[in-house]
Amino acid sequence: MDYVPHTPDDQKEMLRAIGIESLEALFADIPETCRLRGLLELPPPLSEQEIWEHMGRLACRNRLPVATLTGAGAYHHYIPAVVSHMVGRSEFYTAYTPYQAEISQGILQAIYEYQTMVTRLTGTQVANASMYDGATAMAEAAVLAAKSLGRDRLVLARSVHPEYRKVVATYAWANGFECAEIPFEATGQVNGEALRGLLDGRTAAVLVQSPNFFGVIEKIKPLADLAHGQGALLVAGFADPTSLGILKPPGEAGADLVVGEGQGFGNPLSYGGPYLGILAGTEAFMRKIPGRLVGATVDREGKRGYVLTLQTREQHIRREKATSNICSNEALCMLAAAVYLASLGKNLKKLAALNVWKATYLKEILSALPGWKPLFTGPVYNEFALACPDAGDANRRLEKAGFTGGYDLAKDYPELDGGILFCATEMLRREDMDRVAALLK
Amino acid sequence: MELIFEKSRPGRTAAALPASDVPEKSLEGLIGRDLLRDELNLPEMAEVDIVRHYTRLSRRNFGVDAGFYPLGSCTMKYNPKVNENAARLDGFTALHPYAPETFSQGNLELLYGLAGYLCEICGMDDFTLQPAAGAHGELTGVMIIKRHFEKKGQKRTTILIPDTAHGTNPASVALCGFQVATVRSNAEGGVDIRHLQELMTGDVAGLMLTNPNTLGLFERNIEKVAAIVHRKGGLLYCDGANANALVGVTRPGDMGFDIIQLNLHKTFSTPHGCGGPGSGPVGVKRRLAPFLPVPRIVKKGKRYRWSEDFPLTIGRVRAFYGNVNVMVKVYAYIRALGAAGIRRVSENAVLNANYVMARLKPCYRLAYDRPCMHECVFTAEKQVQQSGVHATDIAKRLLDYGFHPPTIYFPMIVREAIMIEPTETESKETLDEFCEAMISIAREAEETPELVRSAPLTTPVKRLDDVLAARKPDVCWTLC
Amino acid sequence: MAKPSPNDRKYTREHEWAKDEGGETITMGITDYAQEMLTDVVYVELPKVGRKVRQAEPFAVVESVKSVSDIFAPVSGEVVEVNQALEAAPEIVNKDAFGEGWIARIRMSHPAELDGLMTAEQYEGHIKVAPR
Repeated sequence: MDYVPHTPDDQKEMLRAIGIESLEALFADIPETCRLRGLLELPPPLSEQEIWEHMGRLACRNRLPVATLTGAGAYHHYIPAVVSHMVGRSEFYTAYTPYQAEISQGILQAIYEYQTMVTRLTGTQVANASMYDGATAMAEAAVLAAKSLGRDRLVLARSVHPEYRKVVATYAWANGFECAEIPFEATGQVNGEALRGLLDGRTAAVLVQSPNFFGVIEKIKPLADLAHGQGALLVAGFADPTSLGILKPPGEAGADLVVGEGQGFGNPLSYGGPYLGILAGTEAFMRKIPGRLVGATVDREGKRGYVLTLQTREQHIRREKATSNICSNEALCMLAAAVYLASLGKNLKKLAALNVWKATYLKEILSALPGWKPLFTGPVYNEFALACPDAGDANRRLEKAGFTGGYDLAKDYPELDGGILFCATEMLRREDMDRVAALLK
Repeated sequence: MELIFEKSRPGRTAAALPASDVPEKSLEGLIGRDLLRDELNLPEMAEVDIVRHYTRLSRRNFGVDAGFYPLGSCTMKYNPKVNENAARLDGFTALHPYAPETFSQGNLELLYGLAGYLCEICGMDDFTLQPAAGAHGELTGVMIIKRHFEKKGQKRTTILIPDTAHGTNPASVALCGFQVATVRSNAEGGVDIRHLQELMTGDVAGLMLTNPNTLGLFERNIEKVAAIVHRKGGLLYCDGANANALVGVTRPGDMGFDIIQLNLHKTFSTPHGCGGPGSGPVGVKRRLAPFLPVPRIVKKGKRYRWSEDFPLTIGRVRAFYGNVNVMVKVYAYIRALGAAGIRRVSENAVLNANYVMARLKPCYRLAYDRPCMHECVFTAEKQVQQSGVHATDIAKRLLDYGFHPPTIYFPMIVREAIMIEPTETESKETLDEFCEAMISIAREAEETPELVRSAPLTTPVKRLDDVLAARKPDVCWTLC
Repeated sequence: MAKPSPNDRKYTREHEWAKDEGGETITMGITDYAQEMLTDVVYVELPKVGRKVRQAEPFAVVESVKSVSDIFAPVSGEVVEVNQALEAAPEIVNKDAFGEGWIARIRMSHPAELDGLMTAEQYEGHIKVAPR
């Protein structure tokens, strides 16, 4: 099947209006030698019913877990029913980027409200309408820092998500920037002394995450002071955005740019995407941050309205001089985040507390198992790392029982062999956690 | 319309949280006072008011489901509903990206299959699905070019881009540390071959070409262009943003392109979502495959798994694997169409564009008067000279007729450009209605230009003050 | 219509003006023709005081809603003062490009460069043929 409405008669009439004989003649500009002879080799077409059945079968080849014990950059939270209903309105999901402001006030106002929510959560003055994901948000913040300061060195905490560090490394390589790594200490937090030694006059940014990859909450203020002491910027990431419900806003603690994965706000796990990158900063970055930005203004009659603004920052105007090449973003995921935050409201604080309590409980019962103990002493949000006798064996047992298990830290941290990272959100019930402990005994 | 913050009332709540089934300990004790926030200023709303708020906002928005969207260069085609339903299946939404491979065989099979279909459609040997959008794919592609020359031990500093290119092209190139050199267009809107020859030196890593280009014109000299670039050891990159003109008819890989990024949200029908999510897979010829981002899916027997074991890779460009849920829709779309359906896409997209071009030619001047591919570019210069009516006025007036306007002022080499891309999913009746509106506006421009200049008259807000917004940026609400 | 270019200063092909203030210092800005081409100026990125510039080097930026234009130093030297009023009110460039809308003062390192710039008459001739 296809989605072309034309009948053969329509086509004939249209060809006549154009003044040509056949559809083939439309492609006269394409050299003969480049034309496809015959049809592509693809599976035969399917009817709508067959598509639905086929997709259903494929979906069933994915196994739904009993419960998910991994976070590590993607978080399983309950999504209030209003979110999918609002995001599912086709006025939103089938619209383009709101360049025509007069018929796009809906999404423009929603973006303005989202920007406001993000600045309030992060303690910043400006937030864009989303980046691709948390990792690219961090990489673009690093590029922005380097380009705006004219420096070429980045200092990243080893406790930042390993995949984020890899993405930053790719962008850094492409731009000819150097990367250095700050070790973590027994608390699981950034080693301040080591950071001091790594900073120099070439350093553009210090990039950390709080909660970090191990779930440990960093002390942002002293890190920001160290970075600023060398004229560098502090880029503060976060793991699960719901942590912002209780944690001190990174901007208030001195971060210049705040970046992270926003998926935890109302977007399903979906095997890794689409998600949304959150990127926010202090007033100084108003005219520099990448991505789309909505501003309030008035119309010809003085009525309040919203437009995409400060577009001279962007690639379609600044071209090779733009700080970023981003065009499409993750607007619909951003809308989901906005509806989620409106729906949670001040309850986000309670939700975050619930996450802390669940994680504390799971951490305690697992740490009581023989051979199991916490890897780090620092305070955590909803993730925690444990040392255990055999991480691979633990995950195999969980998998067999239908759980998505913990994250095996040895993959990225050879020095943490036997380390396993668990996450407990509000989605884990006490009996699930007790069962996990029983399985791992 | 009031902001959600203005509607907030202390004490109202929507989604109630479950009671804790584990001990509720003091956060100050667990985390420490100095790491906790003082207040949290988010809206307090009842559920019904949230629903009304966003429903009202949605009614101030225009999507493809509401009407024709001939936005040049953006391929705003109809988004089939069965694909949306499929993508919402629990099996596709509920899995964590680090779920065991035994749990995710359905996803892996889908992604592996999709990469294969894209190879066949583009004439490429391998595809990565990791890039999250078209521009992200461009960046990935340029990184692959960089790695290719690094491996060969060649220092090439420059990438060539035609003057018709999307702004993302030079921005992507600059983000990889290359210089941009601009290739001029010739009188018929294609690459100026002599200029290309002049610029194509041993310092040049490659040419980034959109084909058909942003004028909607096929590069007739494509084989010559490819030969010039390849002879100097350069790579030919295809910006696949306009692939809707080609699918099933010709393949970039067969024209000499070495790399291509596709914008799945354009050619492959996934909804644009007010600006995203998109998806920008990158396809390459065999010799460039080792540089693709990791991880990649490998198939052993009937099992699929992720592998990072590709030592020459450029690395990662995104966390996890890309916008997987978008790809679910693309997979469903390709399976529905099959080979014949795919060919019908481009045939009818090109038919529709040429039909609109033929109908509007008497009223609007064409930028380049020759048959177009999937989109056609007019200029409002005639209207500007006659009555001071600009492309933007025509666009705004279209809003009153119930249509989304075409792209205007792009490509930059055409003054007062009006770029129309009807796509294949629009019926003759819809195209006729749109053409009637355009013809009527051309008449208004002559007879009552002031009317056109004051448009739109029927929208919830009138023309907005962009200058005020940029001079005094107000990007977040600070009053309550 | 652009205001006539005053005779008391020199001009560049890129539409900057430079006025000799004595003491080997000039005041510079963009011409009225340039502000008209730019349309509403929404932002001026000023150089840092103390910055050393070479003639024809881009050292400031003016932005309208849909365009970004580099401003080139008309002469070599050191930036000794910038027009801070433009930070809050960039529209002054539109209102009075030759006066209140000045951008920077430069202490010249090669005063002879000034003599090489165009006169008002030459500039007026230049913009008659300049692409619009």
